[in-house]
Amino acid sequence: MKPAQNNIKLFTPVTLGLLIVIIAGALVVFKKLTLGTVTTNLQDDFPWGLWIGFNVLGGVAMAAGGFVTASAVYLFNMKKYKPLARPAILTAFIGYLLAASAIFLDLGHPERIWHPAVMWQVHSVMFIVAIHVILYTTVLGLESSPMLLEKLKLGGLKKIIEKGMVGIALFGTLLSVLHQSSLGAVYLIVPDKLHNLWYSRTLPFSFLVSSVMMGLAMVSFVSILSSKFFKRPVNMDLFSGLARGSIIAIAFYLVLKIFLLLNGAGAAAAFAGSMESKMYLLEMLAGVIIPLVLLLLPGVRNSLGGILLVDILVIFGVVINRMNVAIFGMLSHAAELGVKYFPTANEIMVSLFLVASGALLFKLAVKYFNVLSYEEG
Amino acid sequence: MEASFLIDMTKCIGCRGCQVACKQWNQNQADKTRISLKFTNPVKLNANTYTNIDFFESEKAGHVSWNFARNGCFHCKQPSCVSACPVAALIKTKEGPVIYRAERCIGCRYCMLSCPFNIPKFEWEKISPRIQKCTFCHERILDNKIPACAKTCPSGTIHFGDSIENNLKEAKRRLSDNPGKYFNHVYGEKEAGGTSVLLLSALPIDQLGFQKVGDAVIPDLTWEYISGIPAIIGVVLAAGIGSWIITRRNKNMHEEDKTNETGTE
Repeated sequence: MKPAQNNIKLFTPVTLGLLIVIIAGALVVFKKLTLGTVTTNLQDDFPWGLWIGFNVLGGVAMAAGGFVTASAVYLFNMKKYKPLARPAILTAFIGYLLAASAIFLDLGHPERIWHPAVMWQVHSVMFIVAIHVILYTTVLGLESSPMLLEKLKLGGLKKIIEKGMVGIALFGTLLSVLHQSSLGAVYLIVPDKLHNLWYSRTLPFSFLVSSVMMGLAMVSFVSILSSKFFKRPVNMDLFSGLARGSIIAIAFYLVLKIFLLLNGAGAAAAFAGSMESKMYLLEMLAGVIIPLVLLLLPGVRNSLGGILLVDILVIFGVVINRMNVAIFGMLSHAAELGVKYFPTANEIMVSLFLVASGALLFKLAVKYFNVLSYEEG
Repeated sequence: MEASFLIDMTKCIGCRGCQVACKQWNQNQADKTRISLKFTNPVKLNANTYTNIDFFESEKAGHVSWNFARNGCFHCKQPSCVSACPVAALIKTKEGPVIYRAERCIGCRYCMLSCPFNIPKFEWEKISPRIQKCTFCHERILDNKIPACAKTCPSGTIHFGDSIENNLKEAKRRLSDNPGKYFNHVYGEKEAGGTSVLLLSALPIDQLGFQKVGDAVIPDLTWEYISGIPAIIGVVLAAGIGSWIITRRNKNMHEEDKTNETGTE
């Protein structure tokens, strides 16, 4: 088969736009690394902001497509989704590299990022999170390595890794389940600070379920966009299958969230008209209720455009959920302490830099490696 | 014996001697005095200010009445910051003080997020930033000296030298012997599962700028998750391996069917 990636043009207006953001962002990254946290609006009574809320929590959730696809293909033997495995796992790998970069930039001492690997403190959720970032990024590298190895003509090594893929996928799924849920567990420690529309003892479980929802949407989103941008043939059967999976995940999450609302803040809190209630409704309507209603309509479920719209809504909704937990749900406590938070231009630029880097990395990988046209059984 | 403060804020005269002694002992930089609606200065705790006296003006029987609140680390019995720290930069010593080991810290600031009293502060302006907070004068305690703030306090507000239990007994005695004088609550007895610093005040504690903190032992909230990890590992491995075996067998059966079909053709 003639490698299709040769058709992909290196320089397009989109690439140029990404490059501009990356170059401008790189200057701000340099500024942060040389001047420190003073470049942010983070402060004593609001120590975590945009980078943790959006790039780390949002980014890791967006990477969930990797374990969702890997477990479907390798553990549940749903081989028809194998064409989606490479783009999904590559997306996850890039997502983790970027989330790790965001953590690196957020730290007061980036040069000590390796400390948790040797200075264990097993009572700390942050330690659990750190170990999982390290291990799972390694696993994603292994899972993505066959496309590099075939390029380097290291067929023997590639065969060994592919032989072990079921084991690698199992380990990766385990790490993902633990990592997605432990990011929710990070916020178990703030019962007096996080608004009760979000605080609950089941935060780890909610994070896990919503990450599955997000994972399905991301796989579908990336594949649809790839087929549009890189002019790949579309296998509608796969997307309908993902949409059916999404219905189950979203419906389950909706029931869970309603149960948590009724047993936590109460239904009235969701309609109180406060900033928090508006953010909560935004997250629930955009990310959960509207997508579910849309997917239940056969006309939407069976059209590529309809599925793409649902994917965008779910991704947006889950990212808002993460930012609600990390930022919006913490603001009223901060206000009691007389503190406001809005990210600086520096923080916003670094966030955009990371997103643009991810998009460019994905494009380069698609151009130079066999990502999209890999369909062998 | 575990170090403990009994701080009776009704005795405080607002001299701020404790603030100055703390700065001197820790060699912390002075803050620029800022005008605010209150007389409090520095207005808030920060990386250079481990303790301050917060000034509150109120009216009592037609007269202006002053209330003073002494802020600082509570040195929780089971501190959330210690459980939060991924590299054990913060530790609870056997003497009671919660202390910080800067050379380990990665600057993730999870301790700041986790503290229900918002005590750990960060050197935001520095390129090599540290977490800063009251050390309970750990070195002084090891040297059989009392903490600098307690040493300096002229009005007997900050009492040091008894165990947490004895301080709690004394606090309860003062509450029952002086009806009407105190707000009937020992702040720190139950907050966050109990702290080494116990506060008595005349006004309700939330009117003196203290946070409403639940009784939960905060490290237990995250430990509930962490201690469940072995079970999660078991479930995921069992489910993953189980589904792999089952779905693989189904696939093999399908393939057998196919070969049988082709065989009969």
